[in-house]
Amino acid sequence: MTAYFLRDTAVLTGRTLRHVTRSVDTVITTVITPVAMMLMFVYVFGGAIDTGSVAYVTYMLPGILLITIASGVSYTAYRLYTDMKSGLFERFQSMPIARSGVLWAHVVTSLVANVLSLVIVVGIALLMGFRTGAGLPAWLAVAGILLLFTLALTWIAVIPGLSAGSVEGAGAFAYPLIFLPFVSSAFVPTETMPGPVRWFAEHQPVTSIVDTVRDLFAQRPVGDDIWTALLWCAGILVVAYAFAMAAYRRKIA
Amino acid sequence: MTVVTPSSAGPAMRVRGLEKSYGKLDVLRGVDFDVARGSIFALLGSNGAGKTTTVRILATLLKADAGTAVVHGFDVATQAAKVRESISLTGQFAAVDEVLSGRENLVLVARLRHLDDPGAIADGLLRRFSLTEAGARRVSAYSGGMRRRLDIAMSLIGNPPVIFLDEPTAGLDPEARIEVWQAVEELAGHGTTVLLTTQYLEEAEQMADRIAILHQGRIIVDGTLAELKRLFPPATVEYVEKQPSLEEIFLAITGGSDKRDTTGTKS
Repeated sequence: MTAYFLRDTAVLTGRTLRHVTRSVDTVITTVITPVAMMLMFVYVFGGAIDTGSVAYVTYMLPGILLITIASGVSYTAYRLYTDMKSGLFERFQSMPIARSGVLWAHVVTSLVANVLSLVIVVGIALLMGFRTGAGLPAWLAVAGILLLFTLALTWIAVIPGLSAGSVEGAGAFAYPLIFLPFVSSAFVPTETMPGPVRWFAEHQPVTSIVDTVRDLFAQRPVGDDIWTALLWCAGILVVAYAFAMAAYRRKIA
Repeated sequence: MTVVTPSSAGPAMRVRGLEKSYGKLDVLRGVDFDVARGSIFALLGSNGAGKTTTVRILATLLKADAGTAVVHGFDVATQAAKVRESISLTGQFAAVDEVLSGRENLVLVARLRHLDDPGAIADGLLRRFSLTEAGARRVSAYSGGMRRRLDIAMSLIGNPPVIFLDEPTAGLDPEARIEVWQAVEELAGHGTTVLLTTQYLEEAEQMADRIAILHQGRIIVDGTLAELKRLFPPATVEYVEKQPSLEEIFLAITGGSDKRDTTGTKS
């Protein structure tokens, strides 16, 4: 059946993509939280945070983009959960198809839906005064890192999507992920934080990713941060994929 | 694509000593039965008797702890892919995509079965299941009966020789139930082997060539309706004024199908 893997996955991806295009509200809901945060931080708190000569919106955008991804993947968990509950998942698994294509379709759809949300958020940030002199290679690097991060979080989302007992449970995993950027360099420089918090902030994945994206936008050399960021993303991806596969195997014979 | 060589002329299904437990709960404790090709076989049992567990094992969604099951000549444990080419599963809840239209659901399954001209296949099935008008509408707007019809139509794509129907009429109103019965009977008329599970003796009676009663993880009775009836205590004659059931009133008022025998058999 592996010969049909690509074909079956493409057909199933077409199905899940229709779920996105036919419920545009999920994309809007994904975008609303990060945009509201952006407005709050830029026009309310931003004045009190010293980020030097950089406009605050430019400073905080990398963190906002990560929050966008974190809230976007909760819909991936939701869509998968719905398939589990409706029996569609079992229907597909009992058909002569490449069985893992069902999961990959959700993963590819997650990437597409998140790219859509990210483009909207960057557009709004531009309206709010975000500026970058980054050239094409830097933009591609930013896109690559964000895609890798999305892929890693998507595989985390697959785990509750397959095994959650309720809709709320399926989406709940996203809250800590949305919260993580707050305890990082995303909104305030970590130097202002007290000892243990600062230590955590400087050693968690979000900070390295935020710093890398920020440096790329600012046309600064990225240094070792990019390797730390890539390692984190790859590490999360591998671990999440392993757990997702274990959850998947528990669901099917 | 779904041309599966029917291996030998054996039964469509042969189940021997099937066991399955969840933790300490023994759901199946040695299930044996055969299903003849082209017949309708009803697995009758109360909630929790193990009907769904049996179907899930036969449909390669669950592994048995012990025992063997052969479907269309293929072992479910060692030739799962071959089994999946031979079967179609209609689960306990209509497994349809709510966001897609009825037609899109059918086209999706036809594509996944790698059939030529999925559109024509979809249109044909919409006609056959009286869903042509609703075909372009989203399934979320369908009634329970329409969903079930669509669900069964999806299971027929590719003409699998064996079809599993797990409580196909659960939660349906009387009219929709009759529609499902008619659809199943038509299926068996085309030579498809059908294994259906139900909680209702009446339903098994309506459709099945052979009935097996699953109780506490074992098949306690397996036979034709006539054979089963011989096991019941001899009928005693009593005169009781017959009150119409809600279902009969409902069908009389709504002018539903009169195809069904309304004398009712209470056990």
